[in-house]
Amino acid sequence: MKIKKNVAISESGFIFNPTTGDSFSTNPIGLEIIRMLKDDKSKDEIRKSILSKYNTDESTFEKDYYDFVMMLQTNQVADDSE
Amino acid sequence: MKQKITVAVSGLNNIDSPGPGIPVIRALKESKDFDVRIIGLSYETLEPGLYMHDLVDKSYQIPFPGAGIDSLLERIYYIHNQEKLDVIIPNFDAELANFMKIEPLLKSDLGISMFLPTQEQFDERHKANLFEFGEKHGVDVPFSKMMFNTSEIPVISKEFSYPMVVKGKFYDAYIAYNAEQVANYFNKISAKWGLPIIIQEYVFGSEVNVTALGDGNGNAISAVPMRKLFITDKGKAWAGISLDDEELVNIANRVISSSKWRGGMELEFIKTAENKYYLLEINPRFPAWVYLAAGCGQNQPEALVKLALGQNVPPYKAYDIGKMFIRYSFDMIVDLKEFEQISTIGEL
Repeated sequence: MKIKKNVAISESGFIFNPTTGDSFSTNPIGLEIIRMLKDDKSKDEIRKSILSKYNTDESTFEKDYYDFVMMLQTNQVADDSE
Repeated sequence: MKQKITVAVSGLNNIDSPGPGIPVIRALKESKDFDVRIIGLSYETLEPGLYMHDLVDKSYQIPFPGAGIDSLLERIYYIHNQEKLDVIIPNFDAELANFMKIEPLLKSDLGISMFLPTQEQFDERHKANLFEFGEKHGVDVPFSKMMFNTSEIPVISKEFSYPMVVKGKFYDAYIAYNAEQVANYFNKISAKWGLPIIIQEYVFGSEVNVTALGDGNGNAISAVPMRKLFITDKGKAWAGISLDDEELVNIANRVISSSKWRGGMELEFIKTAENKYYLLEINPRFPAWVYLAAGCGQNQPEALVKLALGQNVPPYKAYDIGKMFIRYSFDMIVDLKEFEQISTIGEL
């Protein structure tokens, strides 16, 4: 999963895809995940980071992470190349 | 020191389905090289641009295109006699044919410059010929066919699957989901714009457009892509955003290079989920959202005036991405005297 290079992400969680003209807002955890994806962190690294910082369990992370990355792909913010 | 010039501009109908005149004028007024006096050319007495005196210095009514080139010429001679025009920028599809015919005469007789497409370019990008245009210039175009009579609907229904797009030769397009709707739209559009009606294959995707300028020698001086963010019930962009879409700019450059397009143009595309681009339409003049191009750093109307005056214009290399335009409506208070003046003597 890679965030497309030209996608702009602001401190406030505003995301702009200049190829499609679409813009989105994400919450702080979404922003954190996007930043980790942008830094080429693997899913394992992201899971470890989220589980260590937030009061959640592995299965909740799996489900929410899957939903989130699917949303990023559907909206062409990310592609599925590893 | 700015060069003083007088430019006549039509398309002052800055309404909910706006003409490009006012955006073109705004761009010209921001020119770094020209100090522009604007002469408005209008058809109707309620075109808002007539009363925008901060943008339009003087206005004249001109005859409707159906009156032919003799009465247009006569009027332009009169206006030129008063105003000493340097350049005319016509902004309506329906008036372009007349202006194209008189372009050489205006240049040789009065020294007025225009920068319009050739008759051949104008004809081959026509909606009725667009499919062949796409084949010739290597651009994907949805399959389309001309229709002259509602009796052709059974045959059309076999060649196209529903939904299909029913379009007028100049303006208007509707999506028809059955034969009855095709007949309805056929009658509605033909009553307004005449025949033929164009039936076009419906392609699903998002609409992306390019405003561009060709120098007539195959060079694209400017091309700025935009996606509509808010669309009115007339299908017009009420808000839009400039895109970073290299493929789209490349297609626009290819069309301009291959057709040696001369003048301003708008290319309308559908981008599918598979990132394929289908050319839906080519408008042979700047779109009403052309001011976005100026806002993004490519002042296309200014560049067109330079080309018209025979000046060297290097192609623009970059534009701002993610710049938005948002339209708004604005009530002007107009004295009846002004309305009376344009209605009676045709000048304001």
